[in-house]
Amino acid sequence: MLFSLILDISYAIAGAGIGAGLVAIGAGIGVGRIGGSAMDAIARQPEASGKIQGAMLVIAALVEVAALFGLVICLLISFKG
Amino acid sequence: MKKPFLVSKTAFFTLFFVAVASFFSLANTSEGEHEEKKEEFSISEVILDHVMDSHEWHLTESLVIPLPIILYSEENGLEMFSSSNFFEHHQPVEYKGYKLENNHITIAESGKSVVDISITKNVLMLIINTSIILFVFLSVANAYKANTGKAPKGLQSVFEPVIIFVRDEIVKPNISHHHEKYLPYLLTLFFTVLFGNLLGLLPGTGNLTGNISFTLFLALITFFITNFSGNRNYWSHIFWTPGVPLLLRPIIFPVEVIGIFTKPFSLTIRLFVAITAGHIVLLSLICLTFIFNSYFVGIGASLVVVFINMIELLVAGIQAYVFTLFTALYIGMATAEDHH
Repeated sequence: MLFSLILDISYAIAGAGIGAGLVAIGAGIGVGRIGGSAMDAIARQPEASGKIQGAMLVIAALVEVAALFGLVICLLISFKG
Repeated sequence: MKKPFLVSKTAFFTLFFVAVASFFSLANTSEGEHEEKKEEFSISEVILDHVMDSHEWHLTESLVIPLPIILYSEENGLEMFSSSNFFEHHQPVEYKGYKLENNHITIAESGKSVVDISITKNVLMLIINTSIILFVFLSVANAYKANTGKAPKGLQSVFEPVIIFVRDEIVKPNISHHHEKYLPYLLTLFFTVLFGNLLGLLPGTGNLTGNISFTLFLALITFFITNFSGNRNYWSHIFWTPGVPLLLRPIIFPVEVIGIFTKPFSLTIRLFVAITAGHIVLLSLICLTFIFNSYFVGIGASLVVVFINMIELLVAGIQAYVFTLFTALYIGMATAEDHH
C-alpha cells in the first residue's frame, strides 16, 4: 500500500513535467510560424520591415501568453503535488 | 585547412573548462552533506513568497518592514495593529486572538475568517504607483500650461511621443465616434499598467500587475464602460443578430451573451499570466544557483537572468499596449455607427 502511495505522488509531478514540455513545443511552433511569416513578408517588401517587426512582436506576446498559461498550471501542480 | 575538432585549441579549452566546472560542483555537494543544521532550501516556498501578496515587506532576510493590519469582524469590530505583532524572532505567534498563516488571518479558536482590509504589499505598491503617475502627469500638465506655444522641454519631451502614440495608434483608429471622451481613461489605463509592470521588475518591490484582483478590477472598469456606452447597434447585434437566418438566432443569442463576459475575462487572465509567469521564470533561474550551490552555475544563471530581464522589459511594454488596444477595440465595437 505504501508503494502505491508513492506512485500516486510521482504521477502528478511526472504529469506536470510532461505538460511543461508540451507547452514549450506549443509556444515554439506558434512563435516560429509568426517569425517565418514575418521573414517572408520582409523579404517581399523590405520598406515595410518596421511595421512588420512591430506587428510580429505584439502577436508573439499574445501567443506566448497562451503558452505561459500552461506553464503556470504545471508549476502549480508541481508545488502542490 | 580545418583541423578536426578534437585537436583544435577551442575544443581543448572548452573541454578543460567543462571538466573544471564539474569538478567544482561535485566538490561542493560533498562538503554540503556535513552541515546538518542548515535549513533545506525550498524553491516553491521562495517563489510563491515573492510572487504572492504578503502582510509585511521583506527587503532582506532580517530587514523586514511590517505593514499595518486592519481587520473587521462581528465580534471585535474594527481593529488596527502592526503585523510585527504576529512574529517573534521569525516565529509566527498568535496575537489578540487572531492567527496569521499562509497570508490568511483567522480567529484563533473558531477558525472563522475575518474581513481583511489591511495595507498589504500590493496595496502599498498600488499607492506608490498611483503617486508616481499623479506626480509625473501633474508636472507634465503644468509644464504645458506654462509653456503654451513653446517647444516642450524636460519631462514633457519624454512623455509627449508616448501620449501621441497612444492617441494616434491605439485610440483613434479603433474608436470612430467621439474618441476624446474615452481618451483620458485609456491613457490612464496604459500608464498604470506600464508603470505597474516596470515597477514590479525592480528588486525588492511587490508584484502589482501580477495580482489577479488588480487586473480583474481594470477589466471590470472596461466591462462597465463598454456596456454602458453601447448603443442600439451593439445591443441589437447581441440579442437579435442581423444577417443570420431567423431559426439560428436563439442559438446565437447565448453565445453572444457569453461573449460579453469572455472579453474582460481574457483581459484579466492575459495580463496576470504574462507578468506572473515572467516573474516565476526569473525567480526559478535565480534559485538554480542556490540549489546547486556552485559559483559557475551562479555566473551562468546571472547572465541568462540579465537576458531574460531584457525580455521582461519588452513584455511589460507590450502587455500595456495590448491591454489598452483591446480595451479601445471593445469600446470602438460598442460605439460603432451602423454602416451597412
